[in-house]
Amino acid sequence: MRLRKVAFYAVAILFAVWTILPIVLIALAALTPRQELYSWPRQFVPSTISLESFQFFVNSHGVLASTGRSVIVAVATVLIALLVGAPAGYALARFRFRGKEAFRIGILLTRMFPTSLLAIPLAVLYLKTNIYDTILGLAFMHAALAMPFVVLITSSLFLKVPYDLEEAAMTLGCSRIGAFARVSLPIALPSLVAAGIYTFVLSWNEVFASAVLTVHNRTLPAHIISTLNVSPLNFKFAGGFFMIIPALIFIFIVRRYLLSMWGVAINK
Amino acid sequence: MADVRLEQVTRRFGSVVAVNNVDLHIKDKEFMVFLGPSGCGKTTTLRSIAGLEKIDQGRIFLGERDVTELPPGQRGIGMVFQSYALFPHMTIADNIGFGLKIKKVPASVMAERVNRVAQLLYLDNLLHRYPGQLSGGQRQRVAVARALVIEPAVLLMDEPLSNLDALLRLQMRAELKKLHHAINATTIYVTHDQVEALSLGDRIAVMKDGQIVQCDVPMEIYDKPANVFVGSFIGNPPMNFIRGEIMRENGQLLIKGRGFSITPSTRFTPILQGRSEIILGIRPENFRVQFHEPTDTTNAVRASVEVVELLGNIRLLTIDLSGSILKVSVEPHTAVNPGENVWLTWNEDKLCFYDSETEWAITPSRVSA
Ligand SMILES: Nc1ncnc2c1ncn2[C@@H]1O[C@H](COP(=O)(O)OP(=O)(O)OP(=O)(O)O)[C@@H](O)[C@H]1O
Ligand SMILES: [Mg+2]
Repeated sequence: MRLRKVAFYAVAILFAVWTILPIVLIALAALTPRQELYSWPRQFVPSTISLESFQFFVNSHGVLASTGRSVIVAVATVLIALLVGAPAGYALARFRFRGKEAFRIGILLTRMFPTSLLAIPLAVLYLKTNIYDTILGLAFMHAALAMPFVVLITSSLFLKVPYDLEEAAMTLGCSRIGAFARVSLPIALPSLVAAGIYTFVLSWNEVFASAVLTVHNRTLPAHIISTLNVSPLNFKFAGGFFMIIPALIFIFIVRRYLLSMWGVAINK
Repeated sequence: MADVRLEQVTRRFGSVVAVNNVDLHIKDKEFMVFLGPSGCGKTTTLRSIAGLEKIDQGRIFLGERDVTELPPGQRGIGMVFQSYALFPHMTIADNIGFGLKIKKVPASVMAERVNRVAQLLYLDNLLHRYPGQLSGGQRQRVAVARALVIEPAVLLMDEPLSNLDALLRLQMRAELKKLHHAINATTIYVTHDQVEALSLGDRIAVMKDGQIVQCDVPMEIYDKPANVFVGSFIGNPPMNFIRGEIMRENGQLLIKGRGFSITPSTRFTPILQGRSEIILGIRPENFRVQFHEPTDTTNAVRASVEVVELLGNIRLLTIDLSGSILKVSVEPHTAVNPGENVWLTWNEDKLCFYDSETEWAITPSRVSA
């Protein structure tokens, strides 16, 4: 028993270090003054905290514009994914219909195709429909990537809101939609927001589709990737750190919901 | 004025017929109880009246209105769910006021009506709390208050007391009865607890397999069960059923069964005539137990006591009548021991007769028909 516990913590710690170490290293490098970054041997901890690299990164060409685009794409992704995915999740939770299980599995199967496999056909399709290199087109793609997650998570959210509650609201004068809007939606809202934030982060981090489907209208990760081999070291570190921060903050805010969404209660 | 009429109502779930061609007329302001074993269709019938269940056939009328196609909110009903179904994200006041808010009742009127109902159900101190902060009994009262505040013509309740402990259930039962007299609604109450049904109902509709087997006032249901099922479902312990053959000896009708032979009085002749077999139904309390051979033994049956149980207000005897087991209740102070031989007689007025094949009650009119 004790051995199992030790093994469990060992693996957990290993995993945590595996995840955290690169973040810490990038953060430290990003906050190191430029000279120190290139000096040898390099100190592990910088002598002074410097925002020099950061300023350089933020002020370099295309960064602010692509950051703005990233935000717009992410917001649009969240809206599309929730508007389409949440009703699908609700239907999965509430209704019995023919082919329900097939539908559920079909949603999961969409994640089986690596995006790289779809890249060329998608690019062709986007060119044909004139949404290539547009913000909206990219948001569609990100929403499609997030869809399985949104549908399955919202369906499990709505399953947790007893249908009785909606029926009670209906006997008290609500229409079916009214009952949903006044009862199920408010109860599920915090978790829906969490799902939305998760989707936001997903879009914010996504590189591949962005790089393939846009040329001029690139999001931040795609912009950084495409300029990576021509940019100096401090630009890379600052860029990496800049990208990580919002994701970290958001995930930290909603971690409680993420855990409960995946069925693990967080220990207080 | 809201009587409730069900005309040939049928509801199927795939191959299961949950409600099977039910006809029922519930009078205005009546307290009607649906009683029956699990899965007999009580809830489905109630939900059909509420409009939460779409019926496959038939019509439903509330008062003069045909409500068959109306959504729940427009039927003029209020419903109390078994789970209470309180809205967890709203205070008790908002829960109770919900129906009024939907109906866009002005805030001042709303507050007043919420307060009035809250007082009626002793909830006035809890209005600012959330459902999660209430006890089971309090939640139950909120559920009732929320259904009542919209002043429904018909109040529907699905096993509202089943989640409460025994003592609280007893208390709430009396309160619900009082409440029914205080409000002006027709009430339909679903339960599988026969004691609740007998104590609350003006009338009881006993259901089985989606059909109403018997619908009558509690005393009739108890005294004259329409068939063997009703007799064994209602009453604790249930009615005794004894099979016997009908014979004719010296021009007199006899009922002979395992270990007994009795001569019923001639007023039962119309019931017995022309049959070869019959089922007798007798409630445990309608026996008389004698410890000595009575002077007249024509209708006395000898049997042995197997088990004696004191249940507080009665002493329950399990009696072996040549292989058939009878439950007989006697005064709690009766001195009786297992193994003892006793003589049983019964109150002939309370005797019920059932067809040996259909198990339905035989009444003289049924015979002539
Ligand atoms: N939504 C449903 N889908 C399929 N079958 C159902 C559904 N609701 C009820 N049934 C079936 O219809 C029959 C009647 O069910 P109902 O809930 O009305 O019984 P009940 O008398 O209320 O029983 P209980 O005392 O257990 O609550 C049962 O056989 C049940 O399995
Ligand atoms: Mg039920």
